[in-house]
Amino acid sequence: MNLRAASTFFYRRPYGYLALLLVPPLLWFGTVYLGSLFALLWQSFYRIDDFTAQIVREPTLETYKQLVTQPANVDIVVRTLTMAVAVTIACALIALPIATYMARYARGRMKAFFYVGVMLPMWTSYLVKVYAWRLLLAKEGIIAWVAGKLGLMSVLDALLAAPGIGGPSLSTSYLGMFIVFTYMWLPFMILPMAAALERVPGSLLQASADLGARPAQTFRNVVLPLAVPGIAAGSVFTFSLTLGDYVIPSVVGAPGYFIGMMVYTQQGTAGNIPLAAAFSVVPIVLISIYLAIAKRFGAFDAL
Amino acid sequence: MTSAIEFRAVSRVFGEVRAVDDVSFAIEPGEFFAMLGPSGSGKTSCLRLVAGFDAPDRGEVLLDGQDVSAVPPYDRNVNTVFQDYALFPHMTVLQNVAYGPRVKGVERGEREQRAREMLELVQLGALGERRPAQLSGGQRQRVALARALINRPKVLLLDEPLGALDLKLREEMQIELKSLQKKLGITFVYVTHDQGEALSMADRVAVFNKGKIEQLAAPRELYTRPRTEFVARFVGGANVASAAMAQQLGSSMPFALRGEHITVRAENMPAPPGALSTAGAVVAVQYHGAVSRWQVQLDTGALWSALVSEEDARSLSGIPVGGRVRLSWPREAAVDLAESPGA
Repeated sequence: MNLRAASTFFYRRPYGYLALLLVPPLLWFGTVYLGSLFALLWQSFYRIDDFTAQIVREPTLETYKQLVTQPANVDIVVRTLTMAVAVTIACALIALPIATYMARYARGRMKAFFYVGVMLPMWTSYLVKVYAWRLLLAKEGIIAWVAGKLGLMSVLDALLAAPGIGGPSLSTSYLGMFIVFTYMWLPFMILPMAAALERVPGSLLQASADLGARPAQTFRNVVLPLAVPGIAAGSVFTFSLTLGDYVIPSVVGAPGYFIGMMVYTQQGTAGNIPLAAAFSVVPIVLISIYLAIAKRFGAFDAL
Repeated sequence: MTSAIEFRAVSRVFGEVRAVDDVSFAIEPGEFFAMLGPSGSGKTSCLRLVAGFDAPDRGEVLLDGQDVSAVPPYDRNVNTVFQDYALFPHMTVLQNVAYGPRVKGVERGEREQRAREMLELVQLGALGERRPAQLSGGQRQRVALARALINRPKVLLLDEPLGALDLKLREEMQIELKSLQKKLGITFVYVTHDQGEALSMADRVAVFNKGKIEQLAAPRELYTRPRTEFVARFVGGANVASAAMAQQLGSSMPFALRGEHITVRAENMPAPPGALSTAGAVVAVQYHGAVSRWQVQLDTGALWSALVSEEDARSLSGIPVGGRVRLSWPREAAVDLAESPGA
């Protein structure tokens, strides 16, 4: 059969063409991706026998009970969730003016410069960036040095003395970890936000001004609601990336465990696959709740 | 009486392009004023200067006698109906219409009451809870109109408001807009590239070309007494005789001649005494029902078109495309033209 005959064959059978288009990726996505996810979820309903350290392969909620009743485990979830929320809010606040400038004001070269500038850090190895930040944030690091030169050492000390977020140095405090997280995920917030703002026609802003809205009112009533789908998309990235990450908490910050580290430890050295699986269900549940709330507030109405 | 809008020697330059080039005119309160011209002629730029989306490089724009060069759009008593309607997609129709009062701090009950009244005015009373995406083009147009009128502006600016509608709806809306304007007594400034729309609705029409006003006159005068070649062609679709051609025909000035004033005969038939005439070859005959449009390539080089009634067409039925014809017209039908200021 030659190429023309094949083309004709598919022209007359559009479903055959669709099948050819979709079956390979769906097979990949279905088995490798969803399949392994379900295998993981399934494992979370097993439990580990405390005496033999063997996995007991019968469905039980024992592991989940362990997850929600042991204070150490609850602490880990709360700590990770708090960090994810804080990082998401910080990313949104920093990204909004940048994305607004990129989408509404920058033209030509300036626009290209900003887009490349936002994406450039993503071309570098993630590990290199994390270790670079550890050096920047260290007690003898450049940030402490600059703060000293500017006479701001007392401010830095006051921040590090704050309960909860402080520590001996930035690189060993939750504050430092928060800074690194925010830096890492910022592009994932800026890009969808800028894309959402680009889609807002200029005439809507003119119409708002024309009807008597001052710039702040136009921003609140028109720009922000139309940017919300972008903010929602970006925040899903920053939120879920923070919930799942285990590299940053193990390189920078205070010694407290995060969900990702817990999953890593439990499935590795501890050999407690059921608990690791149960921990990895937590971000899925949290993100589902987050999306439900976002939907309730109309985040996807303008899509 | 103070003019509703006045332009005093206004220029707006974008790089090398003079979008608005030393334009002066005044619009009286309650007038239906049309700005007519091809795209890029400066009419929309003028509208933006009135709305406050743009500021002039030179000259003054006055609203109600006040120079508004430093007044932002949200402090001008002027509202706009946008070409793409610019309805807020995340708000209902009612919220869209109530937006003006909302940002001015009118409380919810009152502004929604007023919005409902405006929707009644544009005959959309039942659709307040819909989203703009659920409306047809004509309905969106009406919402945009209601939203722009709710602030009771002194001047309503309309930027090609009917451009996206189909022909039948457009004709209905023309009548409706005109009667609405009479009812409300608001000054309408109507930007369009459709000469039919401008002529049928406006009290006065400014014809724009290359950033300048070629002629500002009442529709009838514009049609019957065009002053420049551009106006003759753009507004009336008239035939134009250039200076050189006019000389050959025994006229000292270039002139415009409407198709309905031309009589078509076979070339060997003499023109009636006192009439002017010229000869050429038929390029095409378009049948329009009551009249036919005969396109004739004149021997002088110009392409003219003559309108021939059904009655006269019968005597010409023997002339094929490519056949020779004589065009004649009474001397007084020709309108002398001045040099185009935009040229």
